[in-house]
Amino acid sequence: MAVSEHTADVSHAMITTPVATADWLVVSPIIITILGGVICLMMRKQTKIQPRIAIATLGLLMLSNFGLLARVMDKGVITMVMGQWLPPYGIAFTVDATGAMLALIASIVAFATALYGVGDSDAASRRYGFYPFLMLLMTGVSGTFLTGDIFNLYVWFEVLLISSFGLLILGSDKAQLDGAVKYGILNLIATTLFLIATGYLYGLVGTLNMADIPRSVAALPNHAPITTVAMLYLLAFAMKAAAFPVNFWLPASYHTPRIAVAGVFAGLLTKVGIYALMRTMVMLLPVHHALLAHVLAVVAVATMISGALGAMAQSDLRRALGYLVISSIGSMLAGIAVSTALSLTGTILYAIHSIIVMTGLYFVTGMAGRMSGTFALRELGGLYGKSPLLALAFIILAMSFSGLPPTSGFWAKVLLVDASLKSDWPWLAGSILVAGFLTTIALARIGLYAFWRGGPEGTPDGTAFAYAENADMTAPDVTAAYTGMWLALGLLVGLSLFIGLAPDGLVAIAKTGAAGLVDPSGYIGSVFGGTGGHP
Amino acid sequence: MNTVIFRTIAPFLTALMILFSIFVLLRGHNEPGGGFIGGLIAASALAIYGIACGVRPVRRAIHFHPMSLSAFGLLISCLSGLPSLLTHVAFLKAHWIYPEIFGVDLALSTVMVFDIGVYFVVLGSITSIALALEEREND
Repeated sequence: MAVSEHTADVSHAMITTPVATADWLVVSPIIITILGGVICLMMRKQTKIQPRIAIATLGLLMLSNFGLLARVMDKGVITMVMGQWLPPYGIAFTVDATGAMLALIASIVAFATALYGVGDSDAASRRYGFYPFLMLLMTGVSGTFLTGDIFNLYVWFEVLLISSFGLLILGSDKAQLDGAVKYGILNLIATTLFLIATGYLYGLVGTLNMADIPRSVAALPNHAPITTVAMLYLLAFAMKAAAFPVNFWLPASYHTPRIAVAGVFAGLLTKVGIYALMRTMVMLLPVHHALLAHVLAVVAVATMISGALGAMAQSDLRRALGYLVISSIGSMLAGIAVSTALSLTGTILYAIHSIIVMTGLYFVTGMAGRMSGTFALRELGGLYGKSPLLALAFIILAMSFSGLPPTSGFWAKVLLVDASLKSDWPWLAGSILVAGFLTTIALARIGLYAFWRGGPEGTPDGTAFAYAENADMTAPDVTAAYTGMWLALGLLVGLSLFIGLAPDGLVAIAKTGAAGLVDPSGYIGSVFGGTGGHP
Repeated sequence: MNTVIFRTIAPFLTALMILFSIFVLLRGHNEPGGGFIGGLIAASALAIYGIACGVRPVRRAIHFHPMSLSAFGLLISCLSGLPSLLTHVAFLKAHWIYPEIFGVDLALSTVMVFDIGVYFVVLGSITSIALALEEREND
């Protein structure tokens, strides 16, 4: 009796084909990070065990994302609809090469941050939730890269935003609260604009599924105000990505939190904005992108040049890095402005490279500050004498950031410049090269002051001085606090060099991702293919 | 708020509200209610108890830290999606069982587990905020 009463024919509302176990890789990043995060949260008082849980969890996340990327490259775009409901009503997680690759790199950087945090986070910041927030931040970041539903994308933005608030104020000192208020207000405005735009879009096309939106938009009458929606998305995500006129929040806040936090923020949060811009402007609203291409290009140039100039003007290491983040965003925007398969390959590659290198540069800064007790360029000096290894890491990362071979930044810039020239945007290509030159100067200035000269301002120059005066400081620190930091830094530097020396595999993945953005038929087919199309 | 009437009534009110919140939570699948609103009612119950009798008795009464309750809620909500892995369907697909207990056909589901998780998340986070605010007032 019970059986017949409780079973109904659900085939018109639900997917009835079984889901392969390997397809669970699509949601496993969310499940892994939530479980790791809440277990850490429940063990808040055990500050010794927390790093182990976090490192294990984020290591697992890395493996899972690696498996996901392998599967996406093997089988093409994968979709899983939550609760088996038919799309576009069910919330779909749709993963293409772009999303899978970025999710993998994000998890590697988060893993490195957890390692770095072993030495960088004290018991108090762990009790206030450094590790739980880091993992829940990764829930948000992974969700953003993997979801196939634009409202769901908003939800993941909120998740990562709330976690980032928590991370930003871990020390609760005055400067941090001040930075957090600016960061919080501007980011809340951006997410509100995002929500408003999504509301308009839903009102116009009646769907939120990202595979369903392109064709629904194409079927709209000409007078539909979809350009307004495109403008709103552009503004919202430009704020998120810290593009030129709306980027005040970044230099105002990124120097305040502890370095592990600033590093993971600089690596991931702005790139999430870039990713959302690629999804919305290129894949969902390509026609309206063409209208806004010139706006995007001007914004890109202004962002990369102003960022590089800002970095040159700073006397605090951490502030200078904040401006470098902005400069790198400009290069990625240039690729989105050109919006060909080649330029988007460049943007994806640049995003991957920038995630690794920015976090690495923050880690170098953190260690330099720890060795010298200051972040002010005037008071820094003689770091080459204290730790040649750190100087080497800095040089590799600085070369990578400036786009010099043999590092990851070189290939990304080559692709971007090549794409701009091929699409007849010579001034954009020129700006990328000029900005690269300016960032080289900015980074060389940091290298010269912090690493090369013998000692801080006011001391006689020459390396001999630093060796003789502070004999105890010349020995490289091998305390437990530094072990995790060196491991984290080594991982990122190694990755940047590896990409620089063997870029083929990554370029192939980025190409697949870019092709999927320009022509989303594979993406759409993955969501609707198995079910016979739109009801 | 330190009147005798309020202090006498508050524990009973709290007990009643907690009971009501569980009722609202369980009826939520097919009728108005659910984990979110249930959690809010339970959090208000604890807040009333805190206003009347002070924060320390509340913390003693719930035994666990409110943040841990929140985390526990998120944990079981997340776990409620996992049985789908064994039956080869998508994450968070509802699974139902209908055990017969004392001749009553009882409908239990993973959806309910998810909702109980939501209840704990809301209860934990709101209580955590409310208690922190009430503690400041006593300073």
